[in-house]
Order: sequence, then C-alpha cells, then structure tokens
Amino acid sequence: MVSSTKFKALSGALMLTAAGMALAPAASAEDTIKVGILHSLSGTMAISETTLKDVMLMLIDEQNKKGGLLGKKLEAVVVDPASDWPLFAEKAKQLLEVDKVAAVFGCWTSVSRKSVLPVFEQDNGILFYPVQYEGEESSKNVFYTGAAPNQQAIPAVDYLMKEEGVERWVLEGTDYVYPRTTNKILEAYLKAKGVKPDDIMVNYTPFGFSDWQTEVSKIKEFGGAGKKTAVVSTVNGDANVPFYKELGNQGVKATDIPVVAFSVGEEELAGLDTKPLVGHLAAWNYFMSGETPENKAFIDKWHAFIKSDKRTTNDPMEAHYIGFNMWVKAVEMAGTTDTDAVADAMIGVSVPNLSGGYSAMLPNHHITKPVLIGEIQADGQLNTVWQTSGLVPGDEWSDYLEESKDLISDWRKPLSCGNFNVKTGKCGGEVATQ
Amino acid sequence: MKRLVRAIALLVCMVIQGHLSQPAVADAVDDSLAGFASTSYADIEKAVAALAATGDPAATAILAALADGRLAYTADKAVFIKNEDGTLLTARTGEPLAGEAPFGLKPVKVNNKVRRAVDAAMGQLTLSSTDPAQRLASAEAAFHAPDPAQLAPIEAALAKETDPRIKTELEQARAAMILAKADASDNDKVAAIAILAARGDQDAKSFLNAAANQGSGRVAEAANAALAKIDRTLAMWSAAQSFYYGLSLGSVLLLAAIGLAITFGVMGVINMAHGEMVMLGAYTTFVVQEAIRNHAPFLFDYSLLIATPLAFLVAGGVGMAIERTVIRYLYGRPLETLLATFGLSLFLQQAVRSIFGPTNLEVGNPSWMSGAFDLGGLTLTYNRMWIIVFAFVVFTVLMLVLRRTSLGLQMRAVTQNRRMAAAMGIRTAWVDTLTFGLGSGVAGIAGVALSQIDNVSPNLGQSYIIDSFMVVVFGGVGNLWGTLVGALALGVANKVLEPVAGAVLGKIVVLVLLVLFIQRKPRGLFPQKGRAVES
Repeated sequence: MVSSTKFKALSGALMLTAAGMALAPAASAEDTIKVGILHSLSGTMAISETTLKDVMLMLIDEQNKKGGLLGKKLEAVVVDPASDWPLFAEKAKQLLEVDKVAAVFGCWTSVSRKSVLPVFEQDNGILFYPVQYEGEESSKNVFYTGAAPNQQAIPAVDYLMKEEGVERWVLEGTDYVYPRTTNKILEAYLKAKGVKPDDIMVNYTPFGFSDWQTEVSKIKEFGGAGKKTAVVSTVNGDANVPFYKELGNQGVKATDIPVVAFSVGEEELAGLDTKPLVGHLAAWNYFMSGETPENKAFIDKWHAFIKSDKRTTNDPMEAHYIGFNMWVKAVEMAGTTDTDAVADAMIGVSVPNLSGGYSAMLPNHHITKPVLIGEIQADGQLNTVWQTSGLVPGDEWSDYLEESKDLISDWRKPLSCGNFNVKTGKCGGEVATQ
Repeated sequence: MKRLVRAIALLVCMVIQGHLSQPAVADAVDDSLAGFASTSYADIEKAVAALAATGDPAATAILAALADGRLAYTADKAVFIKNEDGTLLTARTGEPLAGEAPFGLKPVKVNNKVRRAVDAAMGQLTLSSTDPAQRLASAEAAFHAPDPAQLAPIEAALAKETDPRIKTELEQARAAMILAKADASDNDKVAAIAILAARGDQDAKSFLNAAANQGSGRVAEAANAALAKIDRTLAMWSAAQSFYYGLSLGSVLLLAAIGLAITFGVMGVINMAHGEMVMLGAYTTFVVQEAIRNHAPFLFDYSLLIATPLAFLVAGGVGMAIERTVIRYLYGRPLETLLATFGLSLFLQQAVRSIFGPTNLEVGNPSWMSGAFDLGGLTLTYNRMWIIVFAFVVFTVLMLVLRRTSLGLQMRAVTQNRRMAAAMGIRTAWVDTLTFGLGSGVAGIAGVALSQIDNVSPNLGQSYIIDSFMVVVFGGVGNLWGTLVGALALGVANKVLEPVAGAVLGKIVVLVLLVLFIQRKPRGLFPQKGRAVES
C-alpha cells in the first residue's frame, strides 16, 4: 500500500519533470490555471476561514506535486474579503474579471454567499461553497459541498427523538438567516412528527452574544416540565464558547438536557475546557476522529503542511477536499476549464470522502454525504455515536416548508433550472427568493 | 459436533480456572466484564446493569473508569482500567498489569445512554457506602433518575440513615419513585406530592408536572395545587435571579468600561484601541496559564492571581508606548485620535492573530471558579460571582488611587486645569502618559476576568468597545461613580428586559432608551460641573 503510493508519487514527479521540460521554454503566467480563494483572513470570520485558505493551499500544492491539471500548474490567488459582506462581492469580481480564475473556493456565512451570488451569475464563474447552510437556494454557478438541512439538522433531530426519546425542543440560534431558516424547517418537521407547539421553544440571540445566564436558566426551566428535553443549537461562531461555559457552570448535563449543535466542530472546541461538556452532541458529515485510512492520510498531510500536529481538521475542510477533487476530476473530463463545460461535467462526478465511501455531485449542485452524530469527548474530539446507514443526498428545497415543497432543481440539460415547480411545471425565474 | 466439543472443553477450562483462582461469584462479574468488550452501546449498557447487579466491590472502580472513558479492552475480551498516569490495572482484580501494554487496546465507547446507566448503577452501589458524601451523591442520583424498581433498596437505606440531609434527599427520591410507579396507591402518591412540594425547586416541578399530566383525578389535583404554589415562589426567585444576572452583566460592563472611563472620561481621548487592551490582558492570562501548565501545574488555581498584575503591566506598558508614540501628538484633535486609535486596534488585532493564530485559545477556569451553588431558589455560578466581587475591588482600588495618592491628585489637577497644574510644577506630559497607562492597565485586568467567561480570540476587544463607550457616556464623562452606576443600570435593565422581550429586542429597547436619555441629558447621569468643563 505504502510502496504503491510512493510509486505513484514518484511516477507523478517524473511526469512532472517531463512535463516541466516540455513546457519549460513557454512557461509563463499564461500556462497556469488560476484558482481563487475567497476566505476572510481578518475580521470576525478569520477564526474559521483562515484554516480553509490553508487547506486549499495544501490541496493545490499537492495537485501540483502530482503534475498539475491538464499539463498546467495550478496557481492559487488568495484575496482577503475581511469578513465584510460587500467586500466579498468586490473581491469575487476581482477574481473573476481581473485574475480570470477558473474556479473560486470560498465564503463561510450565507450572507457572504448571497452577496457574491450575483457576481458569479453575471460573470459566469464557479464557486464552491463548503459550509453547512439553510438550503432554499440552487444556482447554476454554485456547487454546495456543505450540508443542506436534510443532511444535518433533520437526521440530528431524528436521532434525539429515537435514541434519546426527546419530546420537548429548544431551538436556540443566533439571529440571522441560517438559524432562522433551519429553525423554520425544523419547527415544521417537528410539528409534522406530532410535537405540540407548547413543546417547542424558539429563541434567538445577537451575534457574539456573551452573557448566557438568562438563556441557560430559561432552558433549564423549559426542561423542567417532566418531559425529556433537548436543545438544538444553531448558535454561531464566537457565541458558542460562553454558551457552553455557562451550560457547564450551571450544571446542565448532557445526560439530562443534551445540546446538539450544527456549528460547533473541533475548531470551536479547541478554545474550551470540554470536560463539563462531555456527552453534548454535534451533527456533521465528518469528524476528525473518523478511523478511515483516507482521513488518517489527510490529517497527516495537514499536520505536515501547517507544521503543527496540534491543529484540528473539521467538516468544512473535508467539504473543500471533496469539492476540489470533484473540480479536478470534472476539468480532466471536460479537458478544459471553461465554466459551462466544467459545470456540465461536474454533475455525476464522484470522489472519495473522508468518512469512508464516495460522495457524488447531484444535478441540483448538492452532494451526497453520510450524516454523523458525535458526542463531545474530554479531549475536545467528537466521537461518532450514530451514523446514517447510507449516503444522504442533499435536498436544496426543503420538503417541509410550504413555499418550497413543490420546487426542485436540476441543472442537467434540457431542464437547466434551479427552482422548477413540479405542480405548475414552470421554472420559477432566475434565483428564487425565500 | 466440533462446536460442542469445543464448548465443553471451554467449560471445563473455566471451571478449573474458577476453582483455582476465584470464588464462584467471579463468573457473573467476568461475564458482565466481557460485555464491555463490544462496539454496541446496547451491549455496554447491559453490561453496566449486570455488573452493578453483582454488587462486586470492584464494580465501583470499573464504572467510574467507564464514565471517565478510562476503561479499555482487547480483542480477546480482557478489560483494563487506565490510570490517569497511563498505567494499566486489570479490571477484575484491580492489580497493576505487569509488563507491556497488551496489543490492540481500545477504549470502551460511552454515549449518553451508557452514562445514564452508569449514574443509576453507581447510585445503587454507593447507597450503603460508609462515606456520607457518597451516600448523599447516590441519593441525589436516585432522585434525578427515579427507577421504581429501586424502591425497596431506597426504603432499606432510608430506615438505616441517620444523617438528616441524606434522609431528606432519600425521602424525596422515594417520593419521585412512587410517582413514577404505575401501581402505587393514590394515598401514597398524594403523600409523595407533599414531600416534593416541600422541596419546591425546578426538579420537583418536573416530577409534579409529569404527575399532573398522567395521574388520576385526586393525584392530578394535588399535583396541580403543589405546582401553583411552587410557581408562585419560583416567580419571586426568578425576579431575584434576573436582578442578580443584571448585576453580573453590569459588573462585566463595569470592568470593560472602567479603563475607558479614565482614558476617555478623564483624559478625553477617544480610544478605539481600548478593547484591544482588554484582549491583551486575556492573552496574558493565556500565556501565564500555558507556562503554569508546562512548568508548575500545581499552581494552576492561582493562575489568575499571577496573571492579574502581569496583565496590568503588559496592557499598561503597551498603553504608555501608544501614548508616547502616537496619542500625545494628537491631543485636542479628537477626529484624528479616533482614526489613529482605530488603526492601532486593527494593528494590535492582526499582530495577535499572527502570533497566536486566529483560533480561540483555551483559558481554563481554576477550580474555585467552576460550577455553581444554590442559594434559596437561585443558582449562582462561581465565575460570575467572583467577577462581581473582582469588579468592585478594582473599582475601589482605582477610586483610592485617584483620591488618595499623589499621582491621583496630579491626574485630577492636570485634567481640571492643565496650565495651572503645569505652573505648579507638575510634569503634565508625564502625567498624561501615566494616566493613559493606568487606564490601559485596568483594561488589561478586565481582560483577565473576561477570559473566564468569553472567547480568548483576537476579536475579544471588539465586542466590548461599543458597550464600554455606552457605559461611559451614559454615566457621565469624567466621573467614575457615573461609570459604576451606568454599568449596573444598563446591566440590570438588559437582564430584566431579556426574559420578557428576548435577547435581541431587549438590547434594542435598551439602546433606544439610552438614546432618548442622552437627548434629554447630553452629559449623562452625573455631569461634571465647573469652569474646566464649561470652557
């Protein structure tokens, strides 16, 4: 196994030298394929996004070591949109119009994605979006490699209902589009499953909220109604650490009121003493603790690249890993980096994911993924306690919302529509609003 | 046929082994131990119950290890306990394992169901312990997870118990079990409801709610009456709770703003980099804790005491450097100061990001700042309580420095009338530097406290800068008492509104009220008077 990889690397290197020799005289900026990286390196989102920039650099570097793509070297173009939503659009324009990149990997929040969307559609670029999101969108120019709600939120709720016997639900979120839409879907889903409206409490807090005393005591009170209660948390980013600290201090134990989070991964837990949080849950499509050989190799490469073996890997990093490999494969199939040709070739491409198995790109520009539920361990890792038996295809238009249950998306010709209404038989226009 | 022969051979072996080493009861324990060597949570859960049922003395240690994730097994179903220091014990005997660690050792997996089973089993096992603390813990565990099947052992323990506190807890556990028992008589259930009503807290409410939903007419009636009574008392406590939370938020605001009250309030410098001074204090705490973790772990509980003066020095030093190099050229030009300090704040953030990385860093709570205690119907967390104390101590010390030291006298003299102070022989430029350093240093101290409740990331300061300005402006520029009253008033207003209006709306309401207030009283709660202000 090891020797065959080595052999591949060696032959790759030989090919690379050969290609390099053949192309050497003509080698100039024209002979590289540019890949744009649109992640905030400063400002509030830098905490999450810097890592993604690094993982992209690693993947590009690795691909170049394998001989590049279509005989050309890949060149990373890194820009810093500084956690500023309008700046995301400007930087995207720069990448597409000035740098003329073949594809862009970037964005973290839904706000930033919505801000760059018109740019990508106007300039016909390709964006790979690696973060779990609220769904209700499908663009011709965007490939969504993160989880849609049915690949994260709904399986997590199912798990709590079946395995933990939860009957009362607190939907706790930060006040912006992702938690609001996700909670809307979850509320509809829970009610469809027969949960009474009295048994659902929805609660929003501002970004960066740090004083959780009242909220946590509210949760405790709500949990004291004699029914098993769980918290479904879409609390974002920095607000999580004080939230979990308060939970730990007020003695909300996972065995009494488990909290399942959709935005808390290994990276967020790194800033916490996780001992009081053991047993709280997170739902993702990838955990660093996964025991597949692909994952082990990925972690080793990451540690070597970042020169620290303390750094964690997380779900959006895996999404970029999958997205990048899909793009490479699609470009090889299309034989060109032309947007339309690559976008056509993307559909149906399937590459290994890191949790074991293959992820495929669906006609709706979402991918198939396994869903994992993990429990927080004392060492800050998440240990898989449950896993869907197969892969779950991403569902862009939720079946549980009135306004989107009749919509589907299929970017294959001749339909080529992101919001086709199966009842009226019409394509709803350009980009459907929520 | 082959199988049968093998099974008989195995049986014979086991019997011989059993005779040689252990008494007959060992089989049940060994059987249950073998159950741990599984990847199925259901098997492990069963093994926990089976092990507890044997009542073997080794069970407590094994279950404790399981709950901590220190139990491991090998492919041939041998189970070991891993000690904190990494040495292995044979689970069955508790004896250290000689020689190399066995190959392919895997930790026994635990999920919430298994954890609950362990808690219940531990409750059973320690019910007759000689240590009162363990008995109390066991009674509490039984109360939180009442299992009607355990009624008999609880009653037996109740008969033997002499400690009044444990006795009450056991009675309550018994009451919870009776309520959970389907075939208990109505009389027993009503009596149980009375016992739980006397407990009168959130947990009791949860059992009473269940009884009110499911019980027969008389039981439901009694439960509802008890619930109504508990609700009344809890409503009173919850008002007190909101007030306390407000006090706690106010103390955090006070800490964050008090440094600014000096640099902005007393000196008039619009210091946008104030939040970054707080952040520097938090990072100093991290560095101190890191050093302690690596070199002197026994000092960990004192880490904050060590970090406090260091944070003061670091942030104060940086503050003085900023004053010397940038701000002193900009006195009297508020717009330039604003822009320059804003630039500085970005510079400091990015510098910290480059040195420590963009991710959150872990700053631990010392043991005396972890957890909570109950006071009547209030749950008070230690970290918040100590921060309230800390904020008031910092405030008092700062007040004393300004009122009772010659430095404080000079500071006040310079801010009131700079030229007159200079004429009296005060080196005003130097006093400015020291004042700015003091304000920054106090911000650094605030960072030590905030590291206990918030993220330690380069953005830490940003989330507090707006609030700090709000407090200082509200309280009245140039008046420390105003800052104190302003911080507490804003904190309490926020927390009283939060349960009613929600966190987002509550904050908006407070802001609107604040704007209206400033419209009426532009100089804040405690305006400064005198010619120095008027001119």
